[in-house]
Amino acid sequence: MSGAIEVIKPGALTTVQDLGRPGFAELGIPRSGAADRGSLTLANRLVGNDERVAALECTLIGPSLLFHEGGVIAITGAEVQAQVDGAEVPLNSAVTVPAGGVLELATASAGLRTYVAVRGGIEAQPMMGSMSSDLLSGLGPAPLRAGELLGSGEATAAVPPIGVAPVAAPAPEPLLHVIEGPRADWFTADALELLTSSSWEVSSDSNRSGVRLKGPKLQRARSDQLLSEGMVDGAIQVPESGQPIILLADHPTTGGYPVIAVIVSADLDAAGQLRPGQQLRFSSS
Amino acid sequence: MLIELADNDAVQMLASGLEPLRGAELAEIVPGHETLLVVWNSKLPPLQRVEEIVGGAYAVAEAIEAPSEVTLAVRYDGPDLAAVAEICGVSAEQVVARHLAAQYRVGFIGFAPGFAYLLGGDPALQPPRLAEPRTRVPAGALAIAGPYSAVYPRSSPGGWNLVGSCEEPIFDVERTPPALLTPGTRVRLVAQ
Repeated sequence: MSGAIEVIKPGALTTVQDLGRPGFAELGIPRSGAADRGSLTLANRLVGNDERVAALECTLIGPSLLFHEGGVIAITGAEVQAQVDGAEVPLNSAVTVPAGGVLELATASAGLRTYVAVRGGIEAQPMMGSMSSDLLSGLGPAPLRAGELLGSGEATAAVPPIGVAPVAAPAPEPLLHVIEGPRADWFTADALELLTSSSWEVSSDSNRSGVRLKGPKLQRARSDQLLSEGMVDGAIQVPESGQPIILLADHPTTGGYPVIAVIVSADLDAAGQLRPGQQLRFSSS
Repeated sequence: MLIELADNDAVQMLASGLEPLRGAELAEIVPGHETLLVVWNSKLPPLQRVEEIVGGAYAVAEAIEAPSEVTLAVRYDGPDLAAVAEICGVSAEQVVARHLAAQYRVGFIGFAPGFAYLLGGDPALQPPRLAEPRTRVPAGALAIAGPYSAVYPRSSPGGWNLVGSCEEPIFDVERTPPALLTPGTRVRLVAQ
């Protein structure tokens, strides 16, 4: 382990994330991992890492990090002002931080989660094949704290000769494509229509397990209780309140609320960037 | 893909029959109470191929050895024991005797890593969840809610009726598998 990085300020919520620990859902262990997987893998590729290694996932308000030995980093995901020693540095690009340099991320201006990959990868104690922090289950490393020292591993490949990766910023009102859920028939025809015709607001009561939405009440066509069944990332479940919840990386592996629709895998990363207060729409086409 | 089945026995049978396909074809095989969630590694194959796989799985399952059995030593010292007795219209001694006599099986895992929903409980012991969930239930609490019994793997909030405790570690990431109670496992309770 090398390249000690000191956490000066941890930000609102900064965690170590890789691509998670799939294959243990029947034991109640969520896959976890980056909520926006495409941004994590891009950040890793930009610094010449295997795209599966761990990086930092910064939520809304970014951290300040002191690179004692310097390093090469890439910042992807949510739009945010990033500075190294007070000078602004580009997103979606490899950036060299000098020894003793301080990286500061401001508050994200679009999207919610920014990823900071470090050449060599962030090192943490792996648990069941992953270094990811699963905040629902309490598996993996705790969120970053001030004063903590992070290590990085050895680089495996050269930094690719890319200036800036062309990436669109997270949309202000994203359109997420859905397919019919396994329990769509538990809802009224009106509810299915409302899901895709309404604008939904992201509630502040959202986290890595789920994004809670506010909008018209989705009525059920039946009143009995669903027996617990397996849940997937992007499932839109609807509790008695009629207000839908999008399941994200740390979601419980089984649940008892009917799933009206499921977000297609191509749009899951956009769901991981939904920020409290913003609007979104669903499309079934 | 969510497969609906007649009962939890059928769920366990199909899950064990599909287990050899884990990794190569299947990413996750997740039992529910009367469903099995199957997540493919790549795109969902055509329905005919799915039918072949499911049909083949039953044949595989029939050849598989009997599921494992775990015996848990428990104490009936929970704070809700008297309330459960009252709700169910039996004495506290009867709650203990009936709860010990049942033959349990892990139906599925949910709520938290290793939190096993035990099926097969006495039909007379089905207290509803607490109206107000506790903010903290201690690790190892033995609990009942509706048709299910469970042991809380670690301290967490919880809305089940606490009737006892169990010292056996239910979930330990250093162990393989980390969960003591995996779907299909038969469970016997003995008084400590």
